[in-house]
Amino acid sequence: MKEKIEEIKKQAEEEIENIKTAQELQDLKVKILGKKSELSNLLKTLGSLSAEERPKMGALVNEARKELEEKIASVEEKIKENLLAEKLQKETIDITLPSTKIKRGSKHPVNRVIEEIEDLFVSMGYDVVSGPELETDEFCFERLNLPQGHPARDMQDSFYITPEYLLRTQTSAVQARTMLANEEKSPIRMICAGKTYRREDDATHSHQFGQVEGLVIDKKERNVSLADLKGTLEVFVRKLIGKNSELRFRPSYFPFTEPSYEVDVSCFKCGGKGCNLCKQTGWIEVLGSGIVHPNVLKMNGYDPEKYGGFAFGTGLERLAMFKYGIPDMRYLYTNDVRFLTQFDRKDQE
Amino acid sequence: MKLSTNFVKDYVDIDVDVKTLAEDMTRVGNEYDSAGNLINATKLVIGEIIECVDHPDSDHLHLCKVNVGKEVLGIVCGAPNARKGIKVIVALDGAELPEKTIKKGMIRGQESNGMLCSIAELGLEHKFLKSEDSEGIAELGADAVPGEDPIKYLGLDDGVIDFDLTANRGDLLSILGMAYEIGAIYDKPVKEVDLSHKEQGEDINKIFNAKVETDNCKMLIVKKVENVKIKESPDFIKNRLIASGIRPINNVVDISNYVMLELGQPLHFYDADRLGNSLIVRMAEEGEKLVTLDGNERILNKTDIVIADNTHSVGLAGVMGGLETEVEPDTENIIIESAIFDSVKVRLTSKKILRSEASNRFEKGLDPVRTVMAAERACKLLEEYACGNVVTGTIKYDKTNNKDKEINISFQNINDVLGTVIPNEEILNVFRKLGFSYKVKGKTVTVTVPSRRLDISIKEDLIEEVSRIYGVDNIQGKLPVVPMKKGSYDKTQREIRNKMIALGLNETLSYILINDKEVNGYTLDKFEALKLLDPITEDRNTLRYSMIPSLYKIYEYNYSHGQKDVSIFEIGKGFYKKGEIYGEDTKLCVLMSGKYLHGLKPQNVDFYIIKGIAEEILDYLGYAGRYSFMKQEMPKEMHPGQSAMINVNGTNIGMIGKIHPSITKEDVYVLEINLDELLQKKVGKMKYKEISKFPSVKKDVAFVVDKALTSKEIEKVIKSAGGSLLTNIEVFDVYTGSNLDENKKSIAYALTFEDTKKTLTDEETNALLDKIIDTVSKKCNAEIRK
Repeated sequence: MKEKIEEIKKQAEEEIENIKTAQELQDLKVKILGKKSELSNLLKTLGSLSAEERPKMGALVNEARKELEEKIASVEEKIKENLLAEKLQKETIDITLPSTKIKRGSKHPVNRVIEEIEDLFVSMGYDVVSGPELETDEFCFERLNLPQGHPARDMQDSFYITPEYLLRTQTSAVQARTMLANEEKSPIRMICAGKTYRREDDATHSHQFGQVEGLVIDKKERNVSLADLKGTLEVFVRKLIGKNSELRFRPSYFPFTEPSYEVDVSCFKCGGKGCNLCKQTGWIEVLGSGIVHPNVLKMNGYDPEKYGGFAFGTGLERLAMFKYGIPDMRYLYTNDVRFLTQFDRKDQE
Repeated sequence: MKLSTNFVKDYVDIDVDVKTLAEDMTRVGNEYDSAGNLINATKLVIGEIIECVDHPDSDHLHLCKVNVGKEVLGIVCGAPNARKGIKVIVALDGAELPEKTIKKGMIRGQESNGMLCSIAELGLEHKFLKSEDSEGIAELGADAVPGEDPIKYLGLDDGVIDFDLTANRGDLLSILGMAYEIGAIYDKPVKEVDLSHKEQGEDINKIFNAKVETDNCKMLIVKKVENVKIKESPDFIKNRLIASGIRPINNVVDISNYVMLELGQPLHFYDADRLGNSLIVRMAEEGEKLVTLDGNERILNKTDIVIADNTHSVGLAGVMGGLETEVEPDTENIIIESAIFDSVKVRLTSKKILRSEASNRFEKGLDPVRTVMAAERACKLLEEYACGNVVTGTIKYDKTNNKDKEINISFQNINDVLGTVIPNEEILNVFRKLGFSYKVKGKTVTVTVPSRRLDISIKEDLIEEVSRIYGVDNIQGKLPVVPMKKGSYDKTQREIRNKMIALGLNETLSYILINDKEVNGYTLDKFEALKLLDPITEDRNTLRYSMIPSLYKIYEYNYSHGQKDVSIFEIGKGFYKKGEIYGEDTKLCVLMSGKYLHGLKPQNVDFYIIKGIAEEILDYLGYAGRYSFMKQEMPKEMHPGQSAMINVNGTNIGMIGKIHPSITKEDVYVLEINLDELLQKKVGKMKYKEISKFPSVKKDVAFVVDKALTSKEIEKVIKSAGGSLLTNIEVFDVYTGSNLDENKKSIAYALTFEDTKKTLTDEETNALLDKIIDTVSKKCNAEIRK
């Protein structure tokens, strides 16, 4: 009987060796270890053995059975591994193929500049305000000390819709609105960016363009002065254009401020040495500014004896062009998708 | 204003180069466009041709031996007037002329060591050249000394600064005004203007009659000069006119221009014999005709100021004289008119006719002192350079309020506004340099502003003067000391834009002006379109109402440039008149076409993608559950079967859909939302809702229904049948095709059931599903699709 067990075991082991698939293994398992297997049959014949032999042979059969079970388990493990490896192999993809994506959207360069300016001034306690683009003559001119007959009110220079209504030529119109709307006539710190329109269209002028306007009004005893204007614009220019920018205040003339100054910034391109951008002067005119004209205060409900302040404004396109190195203003309004998508990331700080 | 530096040196003694002067003027507020020499040429000397023979190998070239002072040069010259004995301008080897550089070399085998120049080659503007200036080489006078500077000899050694002046500084449109400004910068006195002349004969007031019949003429000065001799002007007058950009004509005409440049007061000279003995300033009659000196007949309006004789107009005040009374070469007697006309009226007229040096000065305002002075100065020059006899007396009409202004200001006030601590003496020094007289009384100063400074009338103007002359560069910048507060702004628009960008859309910046034919498109709203009174082009003559035409233009541009995948958006304004109200609304506009998903699995934009964009933004803003897409009558520009109105809480706030195939063959989808209207609608608070601790169960079911039935209607039925345990309904497939009736479609739904109190059993969910199927079958005439 012992030989018989050995023989069964040996034959079973051979068969296990030749197994290829999980199904074959399953069938073999039944054949070798099942109720009708030779080993099971052998166990059934144990009863015919002597009481002495019986436990010995029983132990031998069980041992053989255990060994075969282990063998099968190890083959089973191997087959599983192979199967998994095969599956992984099959599932391998070319990771260099392109992704499926929604392309990143992009923020228009002019609006990027607006946001940068707004954030800067909000951090200094200014309120962001807005006003209508379709303005009345009263707010666009009259209340800003540009009386009837002033050349800036010419039909030829502005887009009038009726003798009363026009597209605003300057965001300064919002100055008047803000002052007038402030019923307590309390101090004002505001910044306003938006679209403006003038009746001109050539390589360097667009009939539609962006402006930003700042206004600070405070009690006379706080003395908001030209020096304060200078310091504020230094912060502005050095944030927007570059921390090494130099500023030059040039006396100028605007009807809504007195004194008035144009502000030149050391040339973005050459740093002040002189180049074709700055026409060899080293300076580029960037801002208009000044001390709010007493007539403007008066016309908008503020007593010029008790209140004073400053105002400034600048064009947005040129700042955007400088910041991103855009050579032609018209690109900003053509909206070529190839242009727009270039502005699809976060600005560097 | 072109400033001749030689001219201004008549009145103020300065010794600075032209570039420095220009920069120093800029710092006090007077910008310039260009600054340089009148003649930009180097290495020019006076030469004398001491020998001139024909070139052996040419029929027109000459071989000249030219004495240039230190040496004699051999120069080949092609000019027909080259001949022995004349004094010429020699450009030496290496000379830079405006249009060429001179190098010595061989010309047809003969050595040439320079070039003999014509006046034209020196680079004067074409309009200043006489025919002989370009036909041959310049012939200098016998007194020209070989070796010396020919530009200086010709009096063309002048510097020119082309100023771009601010509108308020009319006083700087004169050499004298410039002299005061320059004097203030360099602290130099300004010299007196020479008005001296003799007068003779019967007083003009007895022989001539001048009348002003309109308020639009505040001052009129008339003088008469007899027996003038018309000829060429002396060189200094011609050269200064040229440097100032004015073409010399003859001595009389040139003197009127010279005085205008010098004193800023435009003059008009009439031929006294053609004018007769009266001059009236009045407003034109409507339709009145006048032939101006350019030969054109002008039809005048009531707003034009005219100069007339007893019967008809003879000139347009401040703009252009009449042909009839013009100074001609045979003119002998002259009436000088020096006047101040209303600036606005002159501007209106000049815009119709001609903007000139004269009209520009009238527009900017004139100093009455100069009006008188100019007439006298013209007499002086006509006497000296046109042999004229000045008639005794002056006709003077003066309604100006010609008083020097006195302004009282405290030193503290000046320093407060500037944010400075400038000492009082320094402030007074500024006024002195400007030529303003002043009286100090304690802490204040009373400044007397001369009449030439029309721009100064209030304290603030004086403060600006102090900052100008003291120097803004000397003022230290600082930040305002004001109470701290939080800056505020409404971030909604920015958040919407960021959301759109996150969804992959490119932000555009479009023009709001469109063609009037487009303005009623893409909307059913009733409004009056806003047209410009004076558009630049008809393409842009109207303010848009919908933004879609603007974005569609951008799409077209991109499409024609090969960019077919366009997903763009913009927040902008739409404008209207409704009833008596002029208004504007803020709108969000989206346009999508071509591929939305890119890369390996691209997907084209369809209605459902742009609908997804719309839902994203509405949900993001908190309107989930408050909006619906409604099939309604749509604008004719929209595809009727693929568009809808977007309705929030009962009102349409926007529109979505495909552009009508009659407009474009491409699949272009648009979305427009009126943000002003939308953002007025209520939004619920963002608030926690309980989530179930127990697992949810998903069941799929597909119904075959009539094609016309909308999914929304079916969903409604499912929802009501499902009750509170049905927590989500999603469509995951829509099918029409071969094994379905052609009027039918199949819609498959994934339903989620969930109970917050217990785990749902199969029996419970199946019972619910059966109920739903049963209800939908009945109410929607649906069949279950197996």
